[in-house]
Amino acid sequence: MFDWNGSELPAAPGVGFKARHFEALMADPGAVRWVEVHAENYMGAGGRPRAQLAALAERMPVSVHGVGLSIGGSGALDARHLARVARLCAELGPASFSEHLAWSTHETEFLNDLLPLPYTEATLARVCAHVDAVQDALGRRMLLENPSSYLAFTESTWSEPDFLAEIVRRTGCGLLLDVNNVFVSAVNLGFSPEAYVDAFPLGAVGEIHLGGHDADRDEHGAPLLIDSHGREVADPVWALLDRVLARTGPAPVLIEWDTGVPDWPVLAAEAARAGAALERVA
Amino acid sequence: MSAAAAFRAGLLDPAAPVPPGLTDGAGRHAARRYAVYRNNVTASLVEALRAGFPSVRAGLGPRAFDAHALAFARAHPPRSPVLARYGDGFPSWLATCAPGWAGDLARLDLALRESYHAADHVAADASVLATADGPTLMGARLTPAPSLRLLTSRWSLLALRDAALGGGGVPMAAAEDGPPAEIAVLRHGWDPEPHLLPEGGAATLAALRAGRSLGEAATWLRDPDAFGDLLSTLLSAGALAAIEL
Repeated sequence: MFDWNGSELPAAPGVGFKARHFEALMADPGAVRWVEVHAENYMGAGGRPRAQLAALAERMPVSVHGVGLSIGGSGALDARHLARVARLCAELGPASFSEHLAWSTHETEFLNDLLPLPYTEATLARVCAHVDAVQDALGRRMLLENPSSYLAFTESTWSEPDFLAEIVRRTGCGLLLDVNNVFVSAVNLGFSPEAYVDAFPLGAVGEIHLGGHDADRDEHGAPLLIDSHGREVADPVWALLDRVLARTGPAPVLIEWDTGVPDWPVLAAEAARAGAALERVA
Repeated sequence: MSAAAAFRAGLLDPAAPVPPGLTDGAGRHAARRYAVYRNNVTASLVEALRAGFPSVRAGLGPRAFDAHALAFARAHPPRSPVLARYGDGFPSWLATCAPGWAGDLARLDLALRESYHAADHVAADASVLATADGPTLMGARLTPAPSLRLLTSRWSLLALRDAALGGGGVPMAAAEDGPPAEIAVLRHGWDPEPHLLPEGGAATLAALRAGRSLGEAATWLRDPDAFGDLLSTLLSAGALAAIEL
């Protein structure tokens, strides 16, 4: 059990770091006060990725965001991969480490997507054991991120906010609230995004994510939003952010843009928009 | 089959049924929704192979490459979340089902990628070599950088790579009849580049890497006169991590 100590990230805008933005970001970060990197992209022995990361860490706080621990997986954590994550965090000393309420590894196969799990007593116990193992290996509190969902499981017996709150209670972890994921899941599964954030354990939130989504339809003609991270943050997601910030106060807010990555000024403008939302609650 | 195993089974097998117990939130069938995950998995793995094998993709063309990549990804998903290492089996896969040069070009792409992520080094000060007499030079131990990669091929790989990346596609290439091309990948700063070596050059560099003296290693060279050029290639790339006289 790790005690909640608040976030070491600044309550300011950050961006998901892309190598192509390195020079522009170092020359003029604009509103951006911190960056987040995907842990698995920096596990080589050396080379340009590690050099850029070291230079960034000299300049501003870095958040390490794992995408490969498979915390929601049905099997044991991959001990070798957990050791890689622990080594990266020990070398870098990031301001935050976060992972996902999802699975990506089955037996020995890594499927490279954030896959969903049912919310039951059994999965709750397993996720908590995995969060405990990660926090023990890293010697620090981690943040766990709510997923974007395209479907639900008939066997689920917990709501997602309650499931996450119980993980916080049992493990002492913090939460990463992805507001775009809330909106995507709400549209896809037909619940109220406002009711979701109102039920969310906001006191445990150490970081907020925003990103863009695409719109599609399923075979019944129902809207199906895809969490693509490939465009600007949608207006209803900004409105949902305002609702969250009105309750949390200023918090670290990250813009994720992972596909069709734009030129730096476009991403910097999104970060500035997050900065304006933060100023309204300062 | 467990729920997770059923969910996993359909992700890499397009003929597998949609797993039971999934709904759209209103109690309806969720086939299209499950297909989003199936598509995400295969599309992201194909994208990882595109990023990892750029010259093979340019040589085969995007459609043919993607078809090979999709088949490979379904048969051989990654064994590690570190995708910078994904696809080490792709060259031998291509060798069984693609034009003859594709497997070897994939080995070159893989060597470039490994070099890119290899441990850093500080280029050794080469000035000591300029003042060394002949016997001292021959007894010297030159340690190549950790980013050195070596490969040999029956194909003119560097010309094939240039043609592919130049956008002209790969000409109807045939395996060379002569000795195999020997290639060293050397990292200049952060950027790996392939260099064609003189005959015996790959064995010479492998001997240096194994700790042999320069004199011993150079006996692998078919043409002793190639020695000076090989040394200057290494020095101008800053590809030596240590020089011990």
